[in-house]
Amino acid sequence: MSYFKFPELTALVWKVWLRNRDVFMKTYRVNFLPPLIEPLLYLFALGFGLGTYIETMDGIPYPRFIAPALISISIMNSAFFECTFGSYVRMYYQKTFNAIIATPVSIEEVITGELLWGATKSLINATIMLPVLAAFKLIELPHALLIIPFAFIAGFLFASIGMCFTAISPNISTLNYPTFLFITPMFLFSGTFFPLKLLPEPLQYLALTALPLTHVVSITRALTLAKTSNLLIFNLTWILTISLILFILSVNLMKKRLIT
Amino acid sequence: MIVAKGLNKSFDGFVAVDEISFNVKEGEIFGFLGPNGAGKTTTMNMIQCISPKTSGTLEVMGMDVNTHQREIKKFLGVVPQENNLDPDLTVYENLLAYSRYFNIPREIAEKRIDELLNFVQLTGKRDTLIEPLSGGMKRRLVLIRALINKPKILILDEPTVGLDPQARHLIWEKIKSLRSRGVTIVLTTHYLEEAARLCDRLVIMDYGKILAEGSPSEIVREYIGTDIVETENDPSVIACLKRHAARFETLEDTVQIYTENPQEITYQLLKECPSRPITARQASLEDVFLKLTGKKLRE
Repeated sequence: MSYFKFPELTALVWKVWLRNRDVFMKTYRVNFLPPLIEPLLYLFALGFGLGTYIETMDGIPYPRFIAPALISISIMNSAFFECTFGSYVRMYYQKTFNAIIATPVSIEEVITGELLWGATKSLINATIMLPVLAAFKLIELPHALLIIPFAFIAGFLFASIGMCFTAISPNISTLNYPTFLFITPMFLFSGTFFPLKLLPEPLQYLALTALPLTHVVSITRALTLAKTSNLLIFNLTWILTISLILFILSVNLMKKRLIT
Repeated sequence: MIVAKGLNKSFDGFVAVDEISFNVKEGEIFGFLGPNGAGKTTTMNMIQCISPKTSGTLEVMGMDVNTHQREIKKFLGVVPQENNLDPDLTVYENLLAYSRYFNIPREIAEKRIDELLNFVQLTGKRDTLIEPLSGGMKRRLVLIRALINKPKILILDEPTVGLDPQARHLIWEKIKSLRSRGVTIVLTTHYLEEAARLCDRLVIMDYGKILAEGSPSEIVREYIGTDIVETENDPSVIACLKRHAARFETLEDTVQIYTENPQEITYQLLKECPSRPITARQASLEDVFLKLTGKKLRE
């Protein structure tokens, strides 16, 4: 079986998405809180605490510098954790995938529905953060509104990354490896809290090739500051290409794991 | 409805299903019996198109299982061995989510859900989450979830495992009432009483092969006879049985005599080897099962 066979999909993908949306909406009060509170905590700790000593970063007031990073981190975390721990629980403990594939829905459609749901969670969380950050005048409107569709695209990338790990993880605790070996370094070294150019040059290139968050931060920062950069096309192309590859790979890896 | 010829399934060199052939006819209840690891569930998984066959033919309603998964699955209802109800959703939401996977329009689904809840007496649990339901309720819910698309073929993998006698009888009633509506039913079980009661025809499987096939009474008659006489395993008993050319099998400390005429052999035993306990009873599917698959414990 090939790892890069393009999946055959029908509109049934949305029925899988709908199942996750229904579950999410049952507890929406709890679900809407973290994206509201998390940016406030970071802003107070880093922006206003640390920011007292660091007035500007790269010529930008520090809270305004980290605001897009906070959105990007939220985009990354929502999709990644949804499609690692969330999907793993549904796949292994709840046997939800097994129940669904006994119907006309195929395993490819189940996984694609899960990925689209992961991307949707990124969109929801990023959208909730925007008014909070806007209230502190940390983002430029209306440009920053473009983050809403972009959160879905970037979310899909992190969902696909997460799903690849879910497919190869022997048990749920081994999902901690990609979390601290991949997500934590990205959180710190993707141009999030200090500019990429402060890193030694080889590490800058490493960040641009191996840390997807770098590209996401670059785009969200351009949008919140309403400042274009000549890297943007490269960033977006990188995100779309890697998303497509990892989407196809994750579906095939999951199929290999579940269909024997 | 389901035709298998020389059907094979192997996983990394391990042969789980070995060249089996069977033919499930429309409207019957067809059973797969066998010890754990006999290949029953693997066969079910191939029929429901979630595990591709390795070789041979397997057609469901005339369609090949490896190429027409989606078309076949439209007509199937599946009750898996393990309840895989969605714990995040209520009883009603479970059924509604399932109806969407079959593209059943909302209004039709809602009406059908009410009928189905009524059919298995779960109307009162409509808005309950799954966790607080009893084992019997969960099983009934899995059963009606499999009926949401009005299936032509219903696959039941150990439908009554772990249920109390009341819950088991209720499930049996429902299965029979589905047959009377013309649904073809394929079930696996290792409760032999269940198989004897429900199945029109069945196969006994072990180590991936089919060992016997027929209606429960045909199989018992063919492999055992009508009755069984049991007595102590003792050289004088054995000698007596040999003299009378009886068909018998020795277990550790008992002898089982397979016979069509229990009075005759009991009389002979009482006359020639007196003062031993002798019991006579009707032969059952369990006797055939143990005769064919042995008494050794399976993993």
